[in-house]
Amino acid sequence: MIFDVNVYLSRWPFRRLPHDETTKLVQKLKQNQIQQAFAGSFDGLLHKDIRAVNQRLVAECKKSGPDLLIPVGTINPRLPGWEDDVIACHEEWKMPGVRLHPNYHEYQLSNPAVKKLFAMAAERKLFVQIAMRMEDDRTQHPLMRIPDVKFEALPDLMKQHDELQVTILNGMKSLRGANLTSLTENPNLTIEISMLEGVGGIEKLMKQVPYQQILFGSYLPFFYLDSSLNKLKESDLGMEIETQITWKNAQTRFVNANT
Amino acid sequence: MIWDLHCHLSGVDGKTADERIAQLMGYADRMGVERLVFFMGWPFLTDPSPKQFREQNDQVLQAISHWHDRAFGFVYLNAKYVDESIKELDRCVKNGPMVGVKLWVAARCNDPAIDPIIQHAAKLKALIYQHTWFKTGGNLVGESTPSDLALMAKRHPDTPLIAGHIGGDWELGLRAIQDSPNLYAGIGGFDPTAGITEMAVRTLGADRVLYGSDIGGRSFSSQLAKVQGADIPEVSKRLILGGNLKRLLTPILKEKGIKV
Repeated sequence: MIFDVNVYLSRWPFRRLPHDETTKLVQKLKQNQIQQAFAGSFDGLLHKDIRAVNQRLVAECKKSGPDLLIPVGTINPRLPGWEDDVIACHEEWKMPGVRLHPNYHEYQLSNPAVKKLFAMAAERKLFVQIAMRMEDDRTQHPLMRIPDVKFEALPDLMKQHDELQVTILNGMKSLRGANLTSLTENPNLTIEISMLEGVGGIEKLMKQVPYQQILFGSYLPFFYLDSSLNKLKESDLGMEIETQITWKNAQTRFVNANT
Repeated sequence: MIWDLHCHLSGVDGKTADERIAQLMGYADRMGVERLVFFMGWPFLTDPSPKQFREQNDQVLQAISHWHDRAFGFVYLNAKYVDESIKELDRCVKNGPMVGVKLWVAARCNDPAIDPIIQHAAKLKALIYQHTWFKTGGNLVGESTPSDLALMAKRHPDTPLIAGHIGGDWELGLRAIQDSPNLYAGIGGFDPTAGITEMAVRTLGADRVLYGSDIGGRSFSSQLAKVQGADIPEVSKRLILGGNLKRLLTPILKEKGIKV
């Protein structure tokens, strides 16, 4: 039983992906014992009609049944009236959280709008996911060179909201050492493993980050799902810790907390 | 059967080469990787002097010395030093246990000045691995692209050559080498981006695609996933995961009396 916190629907803007049709993606998840997944939308990266993006995401997720794909709406706090999008995600579509792409939407986490967004999320008990990068910067389209998100402002932002859960997606390729420690000192900050590299990756990560703050994420369909599944085998985790990482941590923090 | 084309001792815990390879073999066992090719020591040196590349090769020689028939070595050379590289080829391959050549980023491989190294390696039946990338933002001065390697391949049409990382930007890399039948795609050492292996098989045929991990900076997990998760026939997966590398190395392994 696996809870995948990092899945995307719709189309990656630069190439078709083998599982970028929801039915195929759902089939792949089911074949691999993934029973729940937080799904964002690739459309959220570049589209300006975010409300329509989130509406389509909700409709697509519903097609897979009530429980498998859980929509996580995109919020772009640079757009006029973005607050209405947060309200719609929460009240209209009953989403448990929102997903941010500060680099694609050209803002820093120190932007005052982010402070307001975090306050709204905390008040409404929504979690916040922040995607650090979407692809290796060495393979980006030359006209679309997007830097990684910088997280220096995040610890202070989180300190203002005791209950706010924040997850960094696609962060483990370059978040290391002191930068990672300064973030994970806050127990409400979680990371996922899709971009984690190095032999025995999870074993080694656990020397720096408590396993209670590590989540299973695949970044399907951009990455092969087998990549994150294999990491559970390459590291010697033991049944209890593996269960926490693959299921219980996410279930406890993001689902039980809202029910 | 999994044979791993692309392994390093760098980025691994352990003070000695023996400690490092022993640790890596533990992970390889866990992931079902039977045989592994190592090249370069630590720290990574982009433009090593002859003394430095000899030292790096000594680290690999030491590491593989206790792993007969399971761990193989490719000799690390610097194309800027042709005479010294040929001497090192003789030391490590002709008169030593190594079975291939690794060229990295010191000099671009499109320069015909590299040809004596390639010819000598071919004479020894050593398999040649050339690192390649197409980097948005620009390559290092001496860093080859798959297009550079395609130019080199035309000068050595009977010598199998591996395009390492298949250029990183694999949609470009696969196109760049598709018309060079003696070029093989090394698909290790970049993100497990979905679709890479399907396109490689579609573009080159499964018999020109080679699995490799690029451990310890990368993982067996992410790189094996490129093959295990691909929508290609099982027979193609078997070729990519080991069959092709076994076929390419068999001549030199047999010559050295190594069990295939």
